Amino acid sequence: MECVATKSAISKPLSFRNIPLRLVIGAFPGNSRPRLEWGIAVIAFENVAYNYGGGELLSDISLRLAPGSFHFLTGPSGAGKTTFLKLCYAELLPTAGHVTIFDHDVHGLTRDDVAMTRRRIGVVHQDCQFLDHLPLSANIALPLMVAGRAAPQGDLSDLMGWVGLDRLAHSLPPQLSGGERQRAALARAIITGPDVILADEPTGNLDWDMSLRLLTLLVELNRMGKTVVVATHDLNLIRQAKSLTAARVLRIAKRRIQLAGADL
Amino acid sequence: MSLQLTLPPQITRLLQHRIFHASPADSVVPPSGHTAWLTSFTAGAMTFLAVFALALSLASGRLAERWAGALDRTATVRIAAASGQIDAQTKAVLAVLATTPGIASARALGDDEQRKLLEPWFGPNLPVESLPLPRLIEVTEDGSGYDAEGLRQRLTAEAPGAVFDDHTRWRKPLATAASRLRLLGWLAIALIGLTMAAMITLAANASLAANAQVIGVLRLVGARDSYIARAFVRRFTLRAFAGAAAGALGGMLGVALLPSADAAGAFMTGLGFHGAGWLLPLVLPPLAGLVAFAATRAAAFRKLRELH
Repeated sequence: MECVATKSAISKPLSFRNIPLRLVIGAFPGNSRPRLEWGIAVIAFENVAYNYGGGELLSDISLRLAPGSFHFLTGPSGAGKTTFLKLCYAELLPTAGHVTIFDHDVHGLTRDDVAMTRRRIGVVHQDCQFLDHLPLSANIALPLMVAGRAAPQGDLSDLMGWVGLDRLAHSLPPQLSGGERQRAALARAIITGPDVILADEPTGNLDWDMSLRLLTLLVELNRMGKTVVVATHDLNLIRQAKSLTAARVLRIAKRRIQLAGADL
Repeated sequence: MSLQLTLPPQITRLLQHRIFHASPADSVVPPSGHTAWLTSFTAGAMTFLAVFALALSLASGRLAERWAGALDRTATVRIAAASGQIDAQTKAVLAVLATTPGIASARALGDDEQRKLLEPWFGPNLPVESLPLPRLIEVTEDGSGYDAEGLRQRLTAEAPGAVFDDHTRWRKPLATAASRLRLLGWLAIALIGLTMAAMITLAANASLAANAQVIGVLRLVGARDSYIARAFVRRFTLRAFAGAAAGALGGMLGVALLPSADAAGAFMTGLGFHGAGWLLPLVLPPLAGLVAFAATRAAAFRKLRELH
């Protein structure tokens, strides 16, 4: 996979969070093939491989996620979608190559740097883990709490209302259904207004209406300039998204990432 | 109109979260778990023992000083002779001592004093006058020193039954023993502190391992290690302090209930705190808190590096 330059990025003004966007050719040293890329990538992979110890799961992956882009990530189960996302927020480190997040190589990040980087990345995990002893509202506001910021009660209520959890603000996470947990995880991921949103099967346990509602939220965030990556098996969701925004589809197959065709 | 006496559970939870957990960092760690009482109990038990070790150490110090102070300027002459010669030899010895430079005073112990000395072994009303006991003369130096060997030779010449004892033979081992005992007390306190640190480290490690999921969530949302560690450190420090405070009070009560100096005797009479010494055990709870703080902080950062 070489380059990703999305329509959404093109349609934006030529700046993002005061970072000027520019056309670059052959951004990675040692790679002579010209690529079309936009400006400074929020996340960049350069010949990345990841090995779990039982063989290589991802191999020779090079791509850049442009600011404000929207990507779906598909592929068969066990292909490495979750691993790819974990590499995107430095939960895993590549066994070969370089992953750069906000222009910093993850190998050079201290633990504090990783923490500060994650404050700019909202992650929705497949298994949606929470602090089970805290009420849902506190869980959703957790990223603000650890960053030492207060959660305006009105904003928190609005967000919880949007994801349909306003009546469950004082419930404990173990009392929630799978779908409610997924919506809560998404709310937690976006409460700080992160630059990047990474979601791993965020609609896996949701009905179609709620899936569309969350998709709309992600699209709106993307229109605000956030970079969004959604790993999903749901082709209907991808088709729906493509009708709303200029989303691109990446497919992981045979340890590599490819741009999916228009057959989706 | 009926009065509602109980709050809905949601409101209770909210109040607990907002009011009773003063530190936001503290509330991210689940409040329950066996490590809570284990830490407090360990700190309490260790501090209880530390109070006794402290009392032992202080008592040993006082004993060493007392023995050294009381004995280093005194000597004894023991006259063992036939009953007809005892008085004559006593006079001769006193005359020699009176003319010896460095001797401040010398006096022969009376029957009552000798009876009192023997009372612990033979009981009261011992007929010392009918027993072939040696006569004892208590000698006190004036501080300038005297020639012990010369005095010993002169006494042997003037009173063949006299044996001069300057206490060196048994004073030194006693003073050394008391010093060692004092050292042992401090060593015990240090060991108790280290043991407490080890126990708290184990409890903190267990708590961190049990809360691996919590730590994972916190790291995911951008919490720094210092933020996560603070939650554990604060909790363990407060628990250790509270446990140690209870242990210290218990220990002080235990020391206060020990037999008094008059009722018992010998070494046990001094095992306790005197005057401002009673304030010393109060230093132990903050010290325990400090130990817990250092131990938990080190354990937390080490464990955090391992976990994620």
